[in-house]
Amino acid sequence: MFFYWPAAEALFQSVFIQDPFGASREFVGLENFRELFGDPLYLDSFRITAVFSVAVTAIGLALSLALAYFADRAIRGALLFRTLLIVPYAVAPAIAGVLWMFLFNPTLGIVAHWLGAMGVAWNHVLDGTQAMILVVVAAVWKQISYNFVFFLAGLQSIPKSLIEAAAIDGAGAWRTFRSVIFPLLSPTTFFLLVINVVYAFIETFAIIDAATGGGPAKATEVLVYKVYNDGFKGLDIGSSAAQSVVLIVILLVLTFVQFRYVERRVRY
Amino acid sequence: MSTYQARGRAGWSRRAFGAALLAGGLAVSMPASAVTEIQWWHSMTGANNDRIVSFAERFNKAQSDYKVVPVYKGSYPESMTAAIAAYRAGNAPHIVQVFEIGTATMMAARGAIVPVEKLMKDAGEKFDRSAYVPAVAGYYTTRRGEMLSFPFNSSTTVFFYNKDVLAKAGVAAPPQTWSEVVAAAAKIKASGASACPYTTSWPSWVHMESFSAWHNTLLASEDNGFGGPGARLLVTTPLFERHFGNLARWAKDGLFVYAGRTTEGDAKFFSGECAMFTGSSAVYGNVKRNAKFAFGISKLPYYSDVPGAPQNTIIGGASLWVMGGKKAAEYKGVAKLFTFLSSPEIQAEWHQATGYLPLTIAAYELTKKSGFYEKNPGTDVAVQQMIVKTTDKSRGIRLGNMAQIRDIVHEEMETMLAGKEDARSALANIKRRGDEQLARFQRTARE
Repeated sequence: MFFYWPAAEALFQSVFIQDPFGASREFVGLENFRELFGDPLYLDSFRITAVFSVAVTAIGLALSLALAYFADRAIRGALLFRTLLIVPYAVAPAIAGVLWMFLFNPTLGIVAHWLGAMGVAWNHVLDGTQAMILVVVAAVWKQISYNFVFFLAGLQSIPKSLIEAAAIDGAGAWRTFRSVIFPLLSPTTFFLLVINVVYAFIETFAIIDAATGGGPAKATEVLVYKVYNDGFKGLDIGSSAAQSVVLIVILLVLTFVQFRYVERRVRY
Repeated sequence: MSTYQARGRAGWSRRAFGAALLAGGLAVSMPASAVTEIQWWHSMTGANNDRIVSFAERFNKAQSDYKVVPVYKGSYPESMTAAIAAYRAGNAPHIVQVFEIGTATMMAARGAIVPVEKLMKDAGEKFDRSAYVPAVAGYYTTRRGEMLSFPFNSSTTVFFYNKDVLAKAGVAAPPQTWSEVVAAAAKIKASGASACPYTTSWPSWVHMESFSAWHNTLLASEDNGFGGPGARLLVTTPLFERHFGNLARWAKDGLFVYAGRTTEGDAKFFSGECAMFTGSSAVYGNVKRNAKFAFGISKLPYYSDVPGAPQNTIIGGASLWVMGGKKAAEYKGVAKLFTFLSSPEIQAEWHQATGYLPLTIAAYELTKKSGFYEKNPGTDVAVQQMIVKTTDKSRGIRLGNMAQIRDIVHEEMETMLAGKEDARSALANIKRRGDEQLARFQRTARE
């Protein structure tokens, strides 16, 4: 119900061009889609989305796994670390975006100041690559606590005896991690992979909106941000709905691929 | 405060959009009583919100037939979307505050809205077109002169400068024209008085919309869209090319620093980082509160060799739209509220407290007489820019999908300032992509 109704509504709206009040509406068939795919800037948005999603998912998972691994092994202050790491999850996405924007603000931001001292001229207001780095950092930071909690729970459910057995067999920390811990964590990792891809695709628009507004030029305009911007700010319901349909299809395909191919490698 | 805060970006999801739809339904279904209730949705925060509440209270106390209920509905895009959703659900408020770039969308929705001038006449309230400041009311008026919405809060683009830095750099008089701005910027840069000689907020509003009206040239055909929804952009002209080329060159030489698409330039100025700044006249309060230096305000710079310049600048801000499908008694109450709001005393109070432009000439005269402008030098600059007779080219901008067009202008400007394209190709891209948006809008718009 909560998925099919909005999805059907989006599909329905996507074949019309209409004014926001719904007073005049013209059936246009697939024209909204044709217009989208005929627009090189929209096609480029796919590339931007791919870069962004892969970066957010990969960095987010790797970083939170590392943090969870060390938090799991930490003896003193473990509780404090864990609490501190979970805090970002309580922060609203728009606030997260604003927070990072201030840290990286070309003139006032402390991070930008450090980068300047290291010889990096930071100006994400005009530099597309730097803007992308900024939104990736903010999006990763926001999601790290969620991943961390699941990884930590996964790590704590691994029987100590297995790790001790590996140690007796002469395995070092890295070898133990690679051959024992990581495979045992694979269900958690897979679950988080699916969640993180969806997160990067769907839930990051508030962060992007607050941090860069999709700019400079279109350097950080991912697909979902364009849906939001055209539909909500631009009130172009037809085009926005068509973009939603495209996004839903992509997500269905991605999730299917993940379950079909990646899940095979998961050992429960 | 004011314009730029309410314009602030907001993180809203499609889910919240649905919630707004529901909330709109609930808010209006109040039990009937002898007093006719009037719902007023707005986007004013802080001191401006307090002022609206106070206006409503005073209006309610002054008579007993109507009760105005102001409701804060979030940022401009939020309240507009909420009102549209409520209208589609049959539960629209009586009055909704819509930002200026939503004007063409509201206007095209005849039937969904009631023109203010018609409302006043039907209700038998006094309405005199000539009482209003032309460049303010003109933005919300049809070409035939019918006022469609009530211009509640308007600001315009002005020039701010840091007197201390200018003195340090040896600039004697504040620059009036763009060539004087760049000469001053070069002096500031060379003397080391500031690393950021000039910046701007709202690049599209300042450097395209106001820029064209200020030089009495058209931004788009059909008199900037006032003539009908068939308008197309007219930006591939020598004048625009000259200005964009200059901006790119000044940016490259470090004379102009691009701050961002909305209000980012404000803080760069009042923090003392940038010496000169163009932005909304409504920033005045913030500058006064935050600036630790002597500052001045003067009219927006222009190119003095362009015939007809300076004309008048373009307003920003929002107006009040009356939604359709309500009872005659309710419209009578709305009309009485508008009469109350446009009285010189209320208008003068609003103008002085918020920094927004006065809506009527009487309110301006009243403020002048009170000595307010002498006590707050610079506050009259925006009024001076607007209190002229407008032309067909300078009345305002009435373009559909304006939010998208502004995005396009900013995107191409950013590409140009990053050195990836020249002024000519930036303007050609703005025209091509902007015209696609206009053509799309035209298909659903009726006059």
